[in-house]
Amino acid sequence: MQALPSVNLENPHARRARAGAWLLIAPLVIWLGLFVVAPLGILVAYSLASTGELGQVEFALNFDNYVRVFDPIYLKIFGRSIAYAALTTVLCLVIGYPVAWYIARQRPVVRNRLLLLVMIPFWTSFLIRTYAWIAILRSEGLLNATLSASGAIPAIFPEPLALLYTPTAVVIGLVYAYLPFMILPIYGSAEKLDHALVEAAHDLGAGPLRVFREVIIPLTRPGIAAGMLLVFVPAIGMFAITDLMGGARVSMIGNVIHNQFTKALNYPFGAALGVVFTLLFVLSYALLQWRGRRRDRG
Amino acid sequence: MPAANPTTHRRPSGLKLLQWGLGAWTAAVFVFLYLPILVLVAYSFNTSRLNVVWEGFTFRWYGELFGHGPLIKTLKNSLIIATLSTVFAVIIGTAGAWLLHRYRYRFARAIQTLIFIPMVMPEIVMGISLLVFFTTVQLDLGFVTAVIAHTTFCFPFVMLAVQARLQGLDPAMEEAALDLGASPWQAFWLVIVPCLRPAIISGALMAFTLSMDELIISIFTTDPASRTLPMQVFGMAKVGLNPMLNALSALFVLITIASVLFSEHLRRLASR
Repeated sequence: MQALPSVNLENPHARRARAGAWLLIAPLVIWLGLFVVAPLGILVAYSLASTGELGQVEFALNFDNYVRVFDPIYLKIFGRSIAYAALTTVLCLVIGYPVAWYIARQRPVVRNRLLLLVMIPFWTSFLIRTYAWIAILRSEGLLNATLSASGAIPAIFPEPLALLYTPTAVVIGLVYAYLPFMILPIYGSAEKLDHALVEAAHDLGAGPLRVFREVIIPLTRPGIAAGMLLVFVPAIGMFAITDLMGGARVSMIGNVIHNQFTKALNYPFGAALGVVFTLLFVLSYALLQWRGRRRDRG
Repeated sequence: MPAANPTTHRRPSGLKLLQWGLGAWTAAVFVFLYLPILVLVAYSFNTSRLNVVWEGFTFRWYGELFGHGPLIKTLKNSLIIATLSTVFAVIIGTAGAWLLHRYRYRFARAIQTLIFIPMVMPEIVMGISLLVFFTTVQLDLGFVTAVIAHTTFCFPFVMLAVQARLQGLDPAMEEAALDLGASPWQAFWLVIVPCLRPAIISGALMAFTLSMDELIISIFTTDPASRTLPMQVFGMAKVGLNPMLNALSALFVLITIASVLFSEHLRRLASR
C-alpha cells in the first residue's frame, strides 16, 4: 500500500548519468538540501537550544524544551489537537466514503461532472470556505434566522444557538475544509476497483454488509489510508480554522507553536513542539504503511 | 445505469434501495459543500451590512473592495510572490522531472522521496523550519524568503504533473530528434517541452493557486511589507463579518471555478 503518490522511475531508455547530467540536476538537489533538509536540521538544533535572558537563542545541548512539552498543560493541548483531528478524520471518512463510492460507480460522463463538483471546493481557498461558515453560525447568522423563521426557535430551541466560537464550530470548519481531501483519494481507489469482484461475492451468497466489509473495504484501503493521512495530519496543526471558528477559546497545538514564534518569541520551545509534531506525523505515516504491508502479506 | 448492468435484475431490491440512499447522501453532501459558498456569493450583493436579511441588490461592496488599500496592496504582493514562485517551480519541476526520466541517477529514489517531503509535511512545520533557517543564515524576511518558501512547496506539484505525462511519452520522439541531428538541448526544447505543454500548464496553474491560497507558511516567511492577501483576509475575518470579504470571496470562487474548468479542459486535451 502506498499513501504517498508513487512515481514510476523505470525508463528502459534512460541513460546512465554522467558528470553533465549531474551538473544539470545539481540545482534541484541543492534546492532540496538547502530549503528542505537544512531547515529541518536547524529546527532540531533549535529545539535543543535554550533562550537566554534577553530572549537570544543559546546553543547548548539540553532537553529542557522537550521536558516542557510533556508538561500537563501542553500534553492536554496535544491530546485535544489529536482528538479534534481524529474526530474530523472519522467524520470525513463516514461522510465522504459513500460519496466517493457513488461517484466511482457512475457512467464516465456523470462521473467526470461529479468529480469536477468535488474539485471546485478542493481548490477554493480554505480561508474563504471557513469564512463562509461565520455568516451561517453567528448568533445573528443565517442558521438562527432560518430556525426562528421556521418557528423552531422557540418551539425546539428555547433561544438562538450560540454555535460560533465553540468546539462544534471548530469541528464543522475542519470537516468542511478537509472533506474533499478524503473524497478524492478514496474515489481514486474505488474507481480502480474491479466491480466483478463485488458481483462475484454477491453471487457466492455474501450479503451487502459482508461484501462491504470483506471485499470493498480491503480493496479501497489505499485510498482510505491516503485520505486519512491527508486529513489527520494537516488538521492537527491547522491553527487558522481553530482561530476563526473557535475564537481564541479553543487552543490547538498549531496555535501554541504559532504563538511561540510570533508572540512569546521562544523559538527553541516552538521548535521542540514542531519536532514532536513532526515525529507524530512520521509515526502515523509509518503505522499506516506498516499496517498496509501486513495486510498485503496476510 | 441499471440497463447497462445485466446482473441488476438478479440482485435483491435492497441493493437498489442502497443505490438510492447513496445518491441522496451524495446530493446532501454536495449541498453541504456548496450552500455556504452560495450564501456568501449571494450576500456579496446584499445592501445590508449584517448579512441576515436580504435588503436589496448592490455592487457597492465590490466598489469598496477595490478602494481598500491593504487588500489591494496585499493582493499585489500575493500576485508578485505567486508569479515568481510559479516561474521557478515550473523551471525546477520540469527540468527535474525530465532529468530523472532521461538519466539513471545513483540516488534517484532518494531524490524522489525528498521531493515528496514538502508535499506531505504539515505546513506549520515547513513554516517554522524555514523561519529558523532564514534566521540562521541571516536572510531578512521579505519577498525573497517568501518566494523561496512558496517555490519549495509548489515545485513538487509541477514535477508530479510532468512526471505523469512523461510516462506516456514515446521515447522514440527524442531519439528521432537526436538522429535527425538535434543537440540534446534542442531535442528537449523543441520536441519534449511542446509534448509536455499541457502538463506544464496544469502544473503551473496548480502552483499558482497553491501559492495564492497559502496562509500558514507565509505567516512565518514574510515581513509586514510583503504580507500576502490570505494573511490580510485572515486578519479581517478574525474580527468578524465584513461585506468586502464577501465580495472578495465571491471573486475568488469565480476564479477558482474558471481555473478548475480550464485545467479539466487541458486534461482532456492531454488524454486525447
